[in-house]
Order: sequence, then structure tokens, then C-alpha cells
Amino acid sequence: MSFPILSLIIFLPLAAGLVILALPAERKQAVRIIALTAAVLDLVLAVVVFIAYDVAQGGYQFVERFWWVKQLGISYYAGVNGISTPLVLMGALVVTSGVMISWRVEERPREFFAYLMFLGASVQGVFCSLDLFMVFFFFELAVFPKYLMIALWGYPKTRDYGSMKLTLYLFLGSVVSLVGVLAMYFAAGQNSFDMLTLEKAGFSRAFQQTWFLVVFGGFAILGGIFPFHSWAPDGHVAAPTAVSMLLAGVEMKVGAFAALRVAIMLLPDGAHFWAPLILALGTVNVVYGALIALIQTDFKYVIGFSSVSHMGLVLIGFATLNNEGLLGAGMQMFSHGIMTALFFAVVGMVYDRAHTRNIGELGGLFRKMPVAAVGFIIAGLVSMGMPGFSGFVAEFPIFMGAWKTLPLVAIIAVLGVIVTAGYILLVVGRVFFGTIPPKLDETVGDVSLMDKLVVGGLAALMILIGVFPTLSKMAPLIQSGVTPILALVGGA
Amino acid sequence: MDLTFQPSMLLAILPELGLAGLAAIILALDLIAKGNQKILLGWVTAGGLLVVAVMAALFARPAEQPQLIFGGMLRVDWPAFTFRLIFLLGAAVTVLLGASEHISKRYGEFCALVVVSTLGMSLMASASNLIMLYLAIETTSLPLYILAGFRVLDQKSVEAGIKYLLYGAMTSAVMLYGFSLLWGFTGTTNLYEIADLAKTGGLSPLVLGGTAMLVLVGFGFKISAAPFHFWAPDVYEGAPTPVAGFLSTASKAAGFAVLVRVLMAVFPEVASFWSLVVGILAAVSMVIGNFLALAQRNIKRLLAYSSIAQAGYMLVGVAAHSAFGAAGAVYYLASYLVTNLAAFGIVWLVGREVGSDDLDAYTGLGRRNPTVGLAMLAALLSLGGIPPLSGFFGKLLVFGAAVQAGQIWLAVLGVLTSVVGLYYYLTVLKIIYRPGTDEHALPVSASWRVALLVCVAGILFLGTVFAPMYGLSLSTAGGWF
Repeated sequence: MSFPILSLIIFLPLAAGLVILALPAERKQAVRIIALTAAVLDLVLAVVVFIAYDVAQGGYQFVERFWWVKQLGISYYAGVNGISTPLVLMGALVVTSGVMISWRVEERPREFFAYLMFLGASVQGVFCSLDLFMVFFFFELAVFPKYLMIALWGYPKTRDYGSMKLTLYLFLGSVVSLVGVLAMYFAAGQNSFDMLTLEKAGFSRAFQQTWFLVVFGGFAILGGIFPFHSWAPDGHVAAPTAVSMLLAGVEMKVGAFAALRVAIMLLPDGAHFWAPLILALGTVNVVYGALIALIQTDFKYVIGFSSVSHMGLVLIGFATLNNEGLLGAGMQMFSHGIMTALFFAVVGMVYDRAHTRNIGELGGLFRKMPVAAVGFIIAGLVSMGMPGFSGFVAEFPIFMGAWKTLPLVAIIAVLGVIVTAGYILLVVGRVFFGTIPPKLDETVGDVSLMDKLVVGGLAALMILIGVFPTLSKMAPLIQSGVTPILALVGGA
Repeated sequence: MDLTFQPSMLLAILPELGLAGLAAIILALDLIAKGNQKILLGWVTAGGLLVVAVMAALFARPAEQPQLIFGGMLRVDWPAFTFRLIFLLGAAVTVLLGASEHISKRYGEFCALVVVSTLGMSLMASASNLIMLYLAIETTSLPLYILAGFRVLDQKSVEAGIKYLLYGAMTSAVMLYGFSLLWGFTGTTNLYEIADLAKTGGLSPLVLGGTAMLVLVGFGFKISAAPFHFWAPDVYEGAPTPVAGFLSTASKAAGFAVLVRVLMAVFPEVASFWSLVVGILAAVSMVIGNFLALAQRNIKRLLAYSSIAQAGYMLVGVAAHSAFGAAGAVYYLASYLVTNLAAFGIVWLVGREVGSDDLDAYTGLGRRNPTVGLAMLAALLSLGGIPPLSGFFGKLLVFGAAVQAGQIWLAVLGVLTSVVGLYYYLTVLKIIYRPGTDEHALPVSASWRVALLVCVAGILFLGTVFAPMYGLSLSTAGGWF
């Protein structure tokens, strides 16, 4: 590729963030406009990549490469395949939605939007990386934006705790993986951090079995694996809305994606060896996350734990190591990213207007904010895996894959989905229907046009994919990404 | 040993001659300058150091093969070359940061002492003879003792000076005892001959190992590695802040330069032993430094413990006993130098203007001086090892070296303690960005601004464009092996 489209996707938000920081603090509107422009441009580029990606050809496309530290075999090496292309699109979508939803942030918008842009650049950098060094470089680039955004703009009661917990867990996960990756680098002896080279390194079985757990475990922490999941609800709830969207929607996928790309694809024997453990933990994620979500009284915590539950499905999909499971996991990563972003967006809208997130104090908000309510319900249906929505085309293959591997897992996980239906219906019923408390009746108004655009756009997309998984290119695209993984892990 | 003098040898020590000359010029100018003119001495010193650096880069480049000059007193090689530049940078930044009315009356002396100490460091990095090495260490240390107690009317500063002197004298004596054993057993003071004689003379590993331990005490003190770190928090807290910055960076770098040279050159026979000892020192430093930093409420003490931990990370690279590890330690040092100088520079500014070194003095700094806040953010996160700042690559290299050397436990301990480290760096960062009561911008001087800019540019450069410095680090490591 002559046109560096992936680099543009990565560096456009970064550049926008720097420009914003250079502006005077008073120019709030200019800040917002620059952020939105950059986000939308990024989204357009991501859509172009999505459409232009040639499914028939497969493999890594839009590849760019140049040496970074030649002596160590570190290169700037960007490229996307069938798994990462949808994630790039999802990341761009969530960043754009996040900017729109934060339009009315009045407290230091300059820093807020700049950090949001940095966060966006970080996730895109990871999704586009074909070099292990670059994965860590871009991932850890996000440490300070996410920490400061939660600590400074977050929910005052828990932000100190939530921000530190989230940041340290994510840092811990990434550095643990880093040790494993260094071990891979030296064991391969190819003097290369390039993942395509390392795929062919032929690590010994014993090596793979030892180090898989380290590498996968580290990244899986970022993906919210049980018992290292508790940063996710605490962090997401403490974060301001846009950051919750980005962290739950995209950042957790970064962890899952890296676990797949680095651990499973580079250490396939290790993956086979440890798959039962991952299946078990993933199942715990699904059921435990859903049960805990069921008993929450805080609206936002419900969604926080639902992310833990849904990421469990992604982990199960990975651990099946078969076509259905991986395809479903790929779909689920995209679908859950959009869904949870929508969830958090609506939760934020409700909180901004009702000034409480206590489910007991909310009610009857459908009449006040119908668009947001419909959006939330659609996201809820997605999360229950209803046919006709993107959640179904994601979860169904995962269950099929799990059934092929270990029927018990499929059965338990499906039970988890029933619990999901329980907490979603409960929350929808209590927050959006029933009688509205008199206090809220007076104060709460409808959401802004910008908010409606976000809700409408994200909801429409989930229906589009749910109804036309093939036509929308999503399923064939992800399939083209799954096939090479199967070739590596030797599954059917 | 070739004892003949050749004029080309003078070219090799041209930078050192330049430093000696510079110190004399500063002292002379100090006599002439009156009142506020003394502030200009900082620019003269920094300019002079720049000239010396250019001379060093142009004329004192090592040949392909390392050369011993002046009868084996000095060695012209890449470590000497690289470290000299590192010290010069550290000294120039320190002098520029130090310019302030608080020490303006004696600013000339301050500059001269820094330059003399730098001269000593430069000789430390190239010394290849025990006597030369000891003299270089003392040339470095004596001005530093004075600088630590520079504010003679401030009890804490005097206490810092005395404490530093006493600790320094004691560890120096232990080290000297080690040197005397080496000389006694082998009959030579040349570092590169001792190893051969020890081998042919059948010196027992027990004696060699014991001597290595004695020598390590002296160097461990210089680099403030645990368990020789006790002086660091008190001295950093009491010493004038720019001096603390200089102590924690350039002086530590000098300690590393001799540590690695002596271990590699003199003790190859017991490499597996000292590798383990250094590994343990690294582990203890990382743990003690990071965990004790958690409890600090004074930023200078916090940075002191952080610098103990940082010494631990550098020792991880040394413990690997490989060219890759040594190169990692050099990269780490260079990155740490610019990073910590930036941090101490900001601490100096805040301590001076707000009048306190408590963490609470930093509330609202991000709003008072957004640029300074960003610079502190860069410095703290670089210490924490976060990209795109220099500390990330340094950590990657030393942990990589540990993994390569099979010291997985060290790498794991390293990454776990860096999570602890990140905790307190982030805590400081949060305080900086919390809204404070006072919204007035702190006044900064031109020289301070330039120094900080150099540091931040260094942090960013070493954090994104790795190849040039990594290449230099590799050459440096090659000179040791």
C-alpha cells in the first residue's frame, strides 16, 4: 500500500490531541470541534479500510513497515486482517461516540478531549500492530490518559480508588505479558519482534506450555478474566461516560485481541494445553458476572458487571479453538464493543439528568427520554443474544463451538445468558418504566440531539449486523481472519 | 606496559583539561562579577561545558581498539566517551537549573564545584588503574560533599553534607581496603593486568569474591543501591535541590561506570558470583526503594527512594553479565539522567516558590503552570516506564537482559515492583492535576526554562527514537567486554 491509511488512523487522533493541548484553555468550542473532526475523519478512514479490505485475498492488508530499532529487530509494522479490521472500525466508532457524548463537558474540556484522543490513538495502535514491541508501546501509551481521565473527571466518590485500581491492573497485565514476550523473543532467536516471523519460530512444546499462561494471563487481565476482573466494574463505574464507553467497549477488546494475537496464535500448543482452564474461567466470568450484575443497585455497576460476563463469552470462544468459537468470539468483540458503549452512553445520559444512579430512585424515564430508552432496550436485546441483533450472531456460534468442545460449558454459559435476560429486563423495567418519582418528573428532560445521534447510530448498526451478518461483510470478514488462526492451532 | 609519552595522549584528555580550565575561568570571573552579574556565570559554565562536549565528541573519540594511555592510568574507550558526554549534560543542566537568588551570592563557587566534580567523574569513567580510580572518585566526591552542605545557614543542608561525607568516607575506606587486597595479591594496580595475574597466580575464588564484595560496598554507596542507600533520602532532602538532582543522576552514572568496568575487567573469574550478588542488590533495591517511596509525603524523599529503585533496575542490566544487559543499563542511565534532572528541576522551582517540598505543595500545579505540569507528567511517567517516554525502553532492555540471562525471577520482580512504582508516580501526578487554591503561575527564569526544555526533549527523544542512543549504548558495552 502506498497510502499510509493505518498510520493516519493511528496518528490522526494523536496529532489532534497535541493540537488541542496547544490551544488556550478558554477556546472550549474549538477544542470540541477539533476533537470531533479528528474522530469523524478517523471513522471515515476506518470505514474505508473496512470496505476496501479484500476478503477473498485475506491475510494482512494495508501493510506499512519501517525499521524502528534495527539492531533489535523492532519495526513499526502496521497491518490489519479479518479480526482486527472490525475492531479498528469499532474503536473509531466508539471514540466518535465518546466525543459526541462528552460535548457538554465543561470542566477543562481541553485536557479532557486531548486525553480522549490519546486513548483513541493507543487502541488503534494496538489493533494495527504486527510487531510485539509496537503492541506494548501503544498499549501503555494509554496509561496516563485513562488514569487522569478517571481520577480528574470521574465519579467523585470512587474515582481515586477506581482510577488507581484500573490503571495498576492494566499495567500489571501488560508487564506480565511483556516478560513472556521477551522470553519468546529470546527463545525464538530470530532477533525479531515481528509476529509473522515469530509465528514460524517453532517454540518447543514445553516452552509454549510454560509461557502461554504468562502471556495469555497478562493480556486476559486486560480482557477482564476471572478472578482478575474486579478492576473493570470499579474502573468503569468511576470513569466519566466517554471513558467508560472506551474502556469497556474498546480497551477490554484490546486485551482480548492481544491474548488471541500474541498468546494463542504464537503459542498454539500452549493454548491447547491450557484451553480447559480458560474455558472454565470464561464460564465463571459469564455466570458470575451475570449473577453479580443481577443484585446491583447502582445502574452503572449493572453494566460494569455485564461487561465481565460478556467478555467471558469471548474467552470461551477463544478457548474452543475451533472455527465456530473463534468466529463467534470475533463477532462478539465487535458487537460487545458497540453494545456496551451504548449501554454506558445511556447510563451517562440518565445520570446527568437524574443525578442518581440508584436503581431504586429511578423510574418511568421512557416518557422523558424515549430515544435513549429505546437505545438501551436494543442494547439489552443484543446482550441477551436475541435473534435479529448482533449479539445473536456472535453468541450463537460461541455456544456451538463450546458444545463441540465441551457441552457442559455451553449449557452453563447459556444459563448465564438467562440470568443476563433477568438483569436486563429488571433494569429496563425499573429505570424506564413504572411510575416516575415526582422529583425526577420535574427535573429530567430529554437528551440532546448529539446524544440521540449516538444512540440511534450505534443501535442501528447492531440491528444491521444482526439481520444481515453476511451482507454487512462482518461475518465473511471475520471468517477470513479466523481461518489462518485455525491453520496455526490446527483446529477444524 | 608502554610508558612513553606521546602528544596524542593530550588530545585524549583534552576534555578533562578543558574542564580544569573552565573551573579556573569561573573562579576568576566570580571575583570580577558583581551582584546580579553572577547569574550570568551559569550561562558561561553551561557554554563552557558545551564547548568541552564538542571537543570531546570531535577529538577524544576512541579508536577501534581501546588504548591505555599515560602508563595505563587511563583507558580511551567507548565507555569513557559516552559517560563523559552524559556527565557533561548532567552538569550543564544542573548549573542552569541552579541559577537562583537563593545561592546567587556563591553561585560562582557552585558552578566551579560542579565542574570540578564533573572532571572527577569523567576520570572515573576512564580510569584503568586502582590509584587513578581512587583519586578520581575522591575528586568527584569532595566537591559533592561541599555542595550537599552548600547552604551553610540551613541546618538540614549542613546535616546533609556531613552525613554524605561520613557515609562516603566510610564506604570509601572499605573500598580502599578492597583495592589494597587486590594490589597485595597481584602486585599491580592496573585493572586490566590484575585479572590476568589473578588467573596465572592461581588466586582463590574466595579471595577474589571477597574482594569483589568489598569493592562493591564503595560503588554501591555511589549508586545508592540498597543496602548502601541509607544516606540518600536524608541527603537529598537536606541538600539544595539542584545538588540533589546532580547527586542522583551524574554521580550515580559515574558510580555505574566504574562498577561495571571494575567488575568486568577485574573479576571475570568470579563472574557468576558477582552476577548473583548484583542481582540480589538489584532485587533489594527495587523492593526497598519502591515500597518505602509509597509512604513518603516529602517529594524529595520520595524521589530519593525512587532513585534507589531506579538504581535497582539498572543493576538488573548489570547482573545479566552480557553486552546486551550492559547496553541496557547505559540506555537506562541516559534516560534516567534527563528524567530525574527534570523532576528535580521542578521540585526546585516549587520548593522555592511555594516554600515547601510536601506533596501538598503540588496541588494545582497543572493549572498554575500547564507546561511545567506536563513536564512533571513526562518525568514521572518516564520514571514509571511508560511510553512514549524514555524510561519505557530502558526498562524493556534491562528486563530483556534478565530474561535472556535466564534470571527470570529478576525480571518478574522488576515488573512487579514497577507496578508499585507506578502507584506513587501516579499519586503525585494526581495531586498536580487536582485543583488548588492558588492559581498564580510560578515565575520561572530563562536558564531554568532552557534546562527543563533540554531534559524534556531528551525524555521524548529517547522515548521514541531509540536507535541512535541504543547504538551508542552497544558500543559502550562493547568497550567493557
